[in-house]
Amino acid sequence: MSVVHPSPTGLQPILKPQAHHAPGNFITKYIFSTDHKIIAIQFLFTTLLMLIVGGALALAVRWQLAFPWESMPIVGPWLFSAEGGQISPEFYTMLFTMHATVMIFLVIIPILAGTFGNLLIPLMIGADDMAFPKLNMLSYWFMWPAIVCFGMSFTYAGGPAAGWTSYPILADLAQAAPGSGTAQTFWLLGVTFIGFSSMMGSINYMTTIINMRAPGMTFFRLPMTIWGLFITAILQAFALPVLTAGGFMQVTDRLLGTCFFYPSGLVINNAAPTVGGGQPLLWQHLFWFYSHPAVYIMLLPVMGMVSDMLSCMCRKPLFGYKPMIFSMSAIASLGFIVWGHHMYTSGMNPAVGMAFMVATMMIALPSAVKTFNWTATIWGGKVQFNTVTLNCIGFLSMFIVGGLSGIFMAAVPVDVYFHDTYFIVAHFHYVLFGATLFGVFGALHFWFPKMFGRLMNEKLGKTHFVLTFIGANGTFFPMHFLGMQGMPRRYADPYLHGYLEHLLPMNQFMTISAIVMGLAQILLFINIFYSMFFGPKAGRNPWHATTLEWTAASPPPHGNFDVTPIVFHGPNEYAVQNGDRDFLMQTEQECEPPVSQAPDAENQTDNADTDNEQESSS
Amino acid sequence: MGKGWCLFFLFWPVAAVVSCAMAPMVGWSFPYDNAQAASNLGIRIDGLFYLILIVTAIVFVGTQAVLVYALWRGVNNREERATHIHGNHKLELIWSIIPGVILLFLALYQMNIWADFRIKKFYPEVAVKDPIAEVTARQFEWRFRYPAIGKKLQPKPQPDDLYTVNELHVPFGRPVMIQLRSDDVQHSFFLPALRIKQDALPGLQIPVWFEANKEGVYDLVCAELCGWGHYKMKAHVIVESEEDYQNYLKNLTQQQFYDGLGKIAANENDSESEATEK
Ligand code: HEM
Ligand SMILES: [Cu+2]
Ligand SMILES: [Cu+2]
Repeated sequence: MSVVHPSPTGLQPILKPQAHHAPGNFITKYIFSTDHKIIAIQFLFTTLLMLIVGGALALAVRWQLAFPWESMPIVGPWLFSAEGGQISPEFYTMLFTMHATVMIFLVIIPILAGTFGNLLIPLMIGADDMAFPKLNMLSYWFMWPAIVCFGMSFTYAGGPAAGWTSYPILADLAQAAPGSGTAQTFWLLGVTFIGFSSMMGSINYMTTIINMRAPGMTFFRLPMTIWGLFITAILQAFALPVLTAGGFMQVTDRLLGTCFFYPSGLVINNAAPTVGGGQPLLWQHLFWFYSHPAVYIMLLPVMGMVSDMLSCMCRKPLFGYKPMIFSMSAIASLGFIVWGHHMYTSGMNPAVGMAFMVATMMIALPSAVKTFNWTATIWGGKVQFNTVTLNCIGFLSMFIVGGLSGIFMAAVPVDVYFHDTYFIVAHFHYVLFGATLFGVFGALHFWFPKMFGRLMNEKLGKTHFVLTFIGANGTFFPMHFLGMQGMPRRYADPYLHGYLEHLLPMNQFMTISAIVMGLAQILLFINIFYSMFFGPKAGRNPWHATTLEWTAASPPPHGNFDVTPIVFHGPNEYAVQNGDRDFLMQTEQECEPPVSQAPDAENQTDNADTDNEQESSS
Repeated sequence: MGKGWCLFFLFWPVAAVVSCAMAPMVGWSFPYDNAQAASNLGIRIDGLFYLILIVTAIVFVGTQAVLVYALWRGVNNREERATHIHGNHKLELIWSIIPGVILLFLALYQMNIWADFRIKKFYPEVAVKDPIAEVTARQFEWRFRYPAIGKKLQPKPQPDDLYTVNELHVPFGRPVMIQLRSDDVQHSFFLPALRIKQDALPGLQIPVWFEANKEGVYDLVCAELCGWGHYKMKAHVIVESEEDYQNYLKNLTQQQFYDGLGKIAANENDSESEATEK
């Protein structure tokens, strides 16, 4: 692999006295580190660990749907020796509740904001570190109380039993289900802790991006990745307090007997009627006011990263940089007024449903614009099919499916039928698993060299991609058909109902696909750990990319840059004439006319190898 | 190798389109063997569904085709450098306005269906005046309360009300309304065959109307997680002719108020007077 060591030319080096200063001992360097790169790596390994947990829970859910009431392989006899290793309906409820909780709160959100946000924000804007390094460290360490709380809720009778949406009355009154007792309180505490963690992160990201950009890095020169993370941080900061407040209200309902969410006169489990005066709809409004924007929190950073990766891998500037930013902002702001589309059947005022419907339809528009822009970025590019590109295309093709199935659900009357069926499950897995995780896999391969100084293995990476892509489509596409046939979600045994009896074979097919996909992740883990130590050394800029992080060493030392970078232009200047290279780093000043205007006249010599001659200034 | 990847990415949209086209033939479409909705409103909802399906199918095929073609061209690109282009205003205007118009059309087009379904002002009057039953969801069963024959459903239970569990009879051919409530947690009244779904909220009484248009026995399930037994809230809605429906109510009255001596204990006068009228 030819490696370019570009030098920030044409500028006065601003020497940074603090660069390369040695951080203390092992503990302060690797454990209670305040270095954003180490914190990113801590987030990475924690979330990958959680991905295993969440994946195992998913496979257990799928096992039950494919082989209902049959002994769970491997762990069954050990977990439930009394029931002959069979999953009980209570346990099934706990399984999907915790699967969703773990995937959303402990995998997707922290891997995006925690890992990539931490790693990339200072590097891509040319800063030494985050604005508040200690807060940054805390935001990682607040994940652990959350993990412990979620873990505790496993150990109490039944486990949390109300789904990750935690709808009252089920989640609010302990007598409603075996798992609605202490387990649910711990679950709520876990959500609160992870909320603290995200909040500290988002304050930090906003401050850093606003205040610490390198000279010349105007807002419209920020890479799309940073835009995605920036808008996400804003969303997070405005939406999260509402969830935290709601969660707190639920905790006081449970522990102190305030009655925010339950009305009077309920007879639960033949117990005495409750006192009350509350309203379960209130929770739904509070919950979705956060959780709808949350799906964009889980998507916008990926959209940003994919924009940068695609542009680099196709050697073309991003098509429509500003429209991409505006559509992201439009998604984010519309995202705040569409929470009601989760509540069309909830009994809220139906006239309001219409307003939510129109707003939701409109949110499809910027998403469509983004899709077209990505496609146009590929169009006329020089596509290199490496693992990064493959995962980006995986992102794109799954996002198209997930986006289109969203239109069905935006349409209120159609959603009445599809709500809470597997059609929904299909939709959000296409977006959350399909789009987000493929984007994350791509980003992991892309920035791995910056994290560890070594490249990941291409063969393993491609095999992992192919198996995951086949498995994902095999698992999630048939869910649309299950939804069409009216199979409700969260059913431990759908086959009990006459009209669903015939769905067993389809569910079995999906479970087998899910197992293939699960096993494929082993390749990812092998690849990560092998490449960390034995991968080929990467050099500063293995992808010939343009943004600032590639001017730093791989991995960058404490303090990141040898000299404070100065930025001269936008982030994706590919396909330009720049000596013998086709790209222009953001720190490079000269900008010759693009090749398309000076055809053929250029020399035919292959310059690939002379790249090595270039030396970095450090 | 690059071409191989293009084929790989081409395979999936083709598989998706083929399986969707196959779906109605192999029974993967709407329940009860792809039958049409058993309610008139449901048929309109299906219509809207198919309209969206056509729109999205065109967009899906179009975008995937362009994507794969762009990749195909991209790997075979023999130019030394890719095209240097930052965007194209005209193009971007076109591809914002066209989907915008389509989406706005879809949004406005469905307003009527939604209004007819859920906005109380548009409920059929006959149904509103005389709700046929109160449906109470509880862990983990459906309870039905009909008013006595010839009487109206009262908000509070009456001594002569009729009760059943997990079996609701309704006549077809006229709009009927139920009052939906829950005793304990949230549930959701889901009638797949009729494309009806409405959450039952504790503390609220929600009127739901529907008009079944053909006879049959349909599954009534719960669509909102309501505890460990959520999956087994199994009930049936029996849609029958007006006559059968009235007979059913009579039988129910007889069963329920049979005092063991061959007499109808409660509500005697009412049913007798009705009998003489005939
Ligand atoms: C190995 C991959 C995965 C498989 C096989 C899988 C499978 C499943 C299954 C079977 C359900 C239960 C549906 C139900 O009965 O309601 C479910 C629910 C869910 N999954 Fe996944 N999933 C996977 C990955 C993910 C990922 C990466 C996310 C990321 C955010 C995710 C988020 C969710 C959510 C939010 C739910 C809803 C749970 C609920 O009903 O409350 N899943 N998944
Ligand atoms: Cu229920
Ligand atoms: Cu239920």
